[in-house]
Amino acid sequence: MLTPDELTALRLSLKVATVATVASLPAGIAVALLLARGGFPGKSLLNSLVHLPLVMPPVVTGYLLLLAFGRNGPIGGWLEAHLGVVFAFRWTGAALASAVMGFPLMVRAVRLSIEAIDRRLEQAAGTLGAGPARVFASVTLPLAMPGVLVGAVLCFAKALGEFGATITFVSNIPGETQTLASAIYSYTQTPGGDAAALRLTLVSVALSLAALLASEWFSRRFERSVRGGA
Amino acid sequence: MIDVDVRLARGGFRLACAFRCEGGAVALFGRSGAGKSTVLGVIAGLLRPDAGYVRIDGESVVDVERGVFVPPHRRRVGVVFQDSLLFPHLSVRGNLLYGRSMARGGRAVQPDEVIAMLGIGGLLARRPASLSGGERQRVAIGRALLSGPRLLLLDEPLASLDYERRLEIMPYVARLRDELHWPLVYVSHAVDEVARIAREVVVIEAGQVVATGAPGDVLAPARTGGAQGGFAAVSVIEARVQAHDARYGLTVLEHPAGPISVPGAIGRPGDLHRLLVRATDVALAVQRPRDVSFRTVLLGTIRDIDTDDGPLARVEIVLRGEGRLVALVTRKAIDDLALDRGDDVFAMVKATALDERSMAFAPRAR
Repeated sequence: MLTPDELTALRLSLKVATVATVASLPAGIAVALLLARGGFPGKSLLNSLVHLPLVMPPVVTGYLLLLAFGRNGPIGGWLEAHLGVVFAFRWTGAALASAVMGFPLMVRAVRLSIEAIDRRLEQAAGTLGAGPARVFASVTLPLAMPGVLVGAVLCFAKALGEFGATITFVSNIPGETQTLASAIYSYTQTPGGDAAALRLTLVSVALSLAALLASEWFSRRFERSVRGGA
Repeated sequence: MIDVDVRLARGGFRLACAFRCEGGAVALFGRSGAGKSTVLGVIAGLLRPDAGYVRIDGESVVDVERGVFVPPHRRRVGVVFQDSLLFPHLSVRGNLLYGRSMARGGRAVQPDEVIAMLGIGGLLARRPASLSGGERQRVAIGRALLSGPRLLLLDEPLASLDYERRLEIMPYVARLRDELHWPLVYVSHAVDEVARIAREVVVIEAGQVVATGAPGDVLAPARTGGAQGGFAAVSVIEARVQAHDARYGLTVLEHPAGPISVPGAIGRPGDLHRLLVRATDVALAVQRPRDVSFRTVLLGTIRDIDTDDGPLARVEIVLRGEGRLVALVTRKAIDDLALDRGDDVFAMVKATALDERSMAFAPRAR
């Protein structure tokens, strides 16, 4: 059904999106918690920074990533020198770009669900002897789970479809950084590539739809377990 | 033992509250907004006072001047909240055992014992959302107990419940006090709850402690803000069960001022019971009444009559033997019967006003 090249792009996309989602989840939850609960100077600035990739042209995000995380960039250079981690023109860079682009969606969803939690439930946990870390793990996080799941799914779906920042940052190298979106773009630029582009487009639509349906299902299931009977 | 002396200002509200109580059941009593729950929050560590201290069993859990603040989770103070605040994502069992895993070296109590006492054995697998209000509160009490607190705070635990549910919960709170002898602070604006549960009452008005003492002295105080303020007055009479009248379904309690008939079979002969009598449920007669339906007629002497320009008068009666009774009658009745201080009167109390539901075990001295 799909050619080996197309399968490679699909597999790479899934890998990139999964890594981007999983790796950014802890940070996403932490930032959401900070924005939902923290009272500190510069909170609006942090909020704006998190949301910046949502409103900036993706190519700007990608270029900024290239400047910062490229092999000659301040962060990229340091990472390569000290940890041997390279982002530029690697699939890891695609994951980073996708994560940055999906981050606002994730933070938003998690933040909303944290803000919806009755804080007095956390106080109640405190009076029962639970310290802050335990309160977070046993009350806050479980109750925020619908938002975490929805945020993760949105981030995953966004990562799956990310194009502008990725192609700017890590280019469009088949087998390394050519994700679904870049592959579709390439096929549309290639004479006779229409059929392949359409196939990958359908795959892309199906994946996004499946992700959204999955998030709906998770939310409903959670809702039932909280509200329902036994 | 709890020793509180705190000051706190929030917005326009000022709290300056000091009281100390030796164990047992203490009630913080006052209107909504008087600051009772704020005091509870300070004791639990959910609020920081601006000044002052709270000591539990001699240990300072907060002392602003000395820079002491023990966070809530280290205070070993259990709280039962008005709206129970059960964890919605955990089953009843999960809620009950939540605090238990963090053994705090406080009073140990076995889950089975608590579950049996609260009658929640059949609910363990359910989610809080599927429980009734009364069931939720029982689970909340159990959850707080199983965290092993040295002090249990109950913040209007019955206020969100309807009358029937309140009657359902009340005996459980009484059992905490009588069977487990758990030190508790009970916040309420409901005089009947306070009279039934407390051994000591702290009355709070507009952020200030205005009275402290036994329920009988505090809830029907000798001084009031005029006769019209007597509506809320509740007298507390203690009497021993004499016999059960199975034929009529009554319990007769003996009191030097006269036998007291109460509907229902209550306690065992010899048991000491605490009766609550609202001032509005008492009628007066100058001669021993005959041909009336009242089965409870108590002889006493008028100590004080409090009247103003309003239609009602508040009469304080010292009962023969022991006890005080406050009656709210019309000012016209006072004049028509020519009642005055020092007169002997017969106080009549309707049996329905003494229904089992307005009774509770007297807190036993420990």
